[in-house]
Amino acid sequence: MKARVTVYPRREILDPQGKAIRNALERVGFAGVEDVRAGKSFEIRLGTDDPAAADRELKQMCERLLANTVVEDYSVEILP
Amino acid sequence: MKCGVVVFPGSNCDHDVYHVLKHVLEQEVAFLWHEDDTVKGCDLVVLPGGFAYGDYLRAGALAALSPVVGAVRRHAEAGGLVLGICNGFQVLLEAALLPGAMRKNRDRRFHCRDVYLKVERDDLPFTRRLRTGQVLRLPIAHGEGNYEDSSAALDRLEAARQVVFRYVSPAGEADDAWNWNGAARAIAGIANERGNVVGMMPHPERASEAVLGNTDGLAVFASAVESGARTLAMSGAGGRR
Repeated sequence: MKARVTVYPRREILDPQGKAIRNALERVGFAGVEDVRAGKSFEIRLGTDDPAAADRELKQMCERLLANTVVEDYSVEILP
Repeated sequence: MKCGVVVFPGSNCDHDVYHVLKHVLEQEVAFLWHEDDTVKGCDLVVLPGGFAYGDYLRAGALAALSPVVGAVRRHAEAGGLVLGICNGFQVLLEAALLPGAMRKNRDRRFHCRDVYLKVERDDLPFTRRLRTGQVLRLPIAHGEGNYEDSSAALDRLEAARQVVFRYVSPAGEADDAWNWNGAARAIAGIANERGNVVGMMPHPERASEAVLGNTDGLAVFASAVESGARTLAMSGAGGRR
């Protein structure tokens, strides 16, 4: 079973990287970009074929290591 | 007193800290490798600056799960002294030995320069040789020193007097222009509630000898050594954990 975990800086926290990317996009002519949040994406292959168990384990991975929940949010998606 | 300096793959201030403790303060010093699961009887453990495990994932995140940090955690829980400097501070945050987290510097730049710090309290093992209100000049060298936590958590930190150092102007005044990384409430260093674990972004080991042109940092190490010596004296010889 494959899954994708996405980790973003939390909304209320300044994201200097996202801001720099937004500015760069503007510089190369993309005028309509209002905001960019720069995060991380993890593709994870798991041995289980139980989506509920996988979801639970992936969330534990996020809490334990993949995200720092003081400053980051995460989302978990089971891939087809 | 026996001091330990943790070495992760990617640590780069380990020898500077070793030098200050061994040759300037004439203490017994051992290096603690990241795979060690003991602090080898050290009274003081320093986590130095650098890029532990390449700062992969997040600064300090992988180092926080290493065997030696497990040993550092037990040492801290037993009341032992722990100092995290720069990347070492980031490791302590990721290990939740100190509250909060680091973000990239507000202006996205790596800052390598002298800063000014106000000492917020002089009653800790790491600050007993300093005075509250005293202004120190110390170098910083980091890209991620922008301390963050929720405003409720920051309020708790302040109420518990856990802020140890704050960025100020050379005159010692609160001034956002002198908060180079944009840290919340200009926080440069914090302690745990018990006061035996301290993390700080500036580098006292780079300012501990006259030949380097600045000795403002030496008092941090000298305070810890003095505190350790007192603890040893009180517990008697051989009373070490």
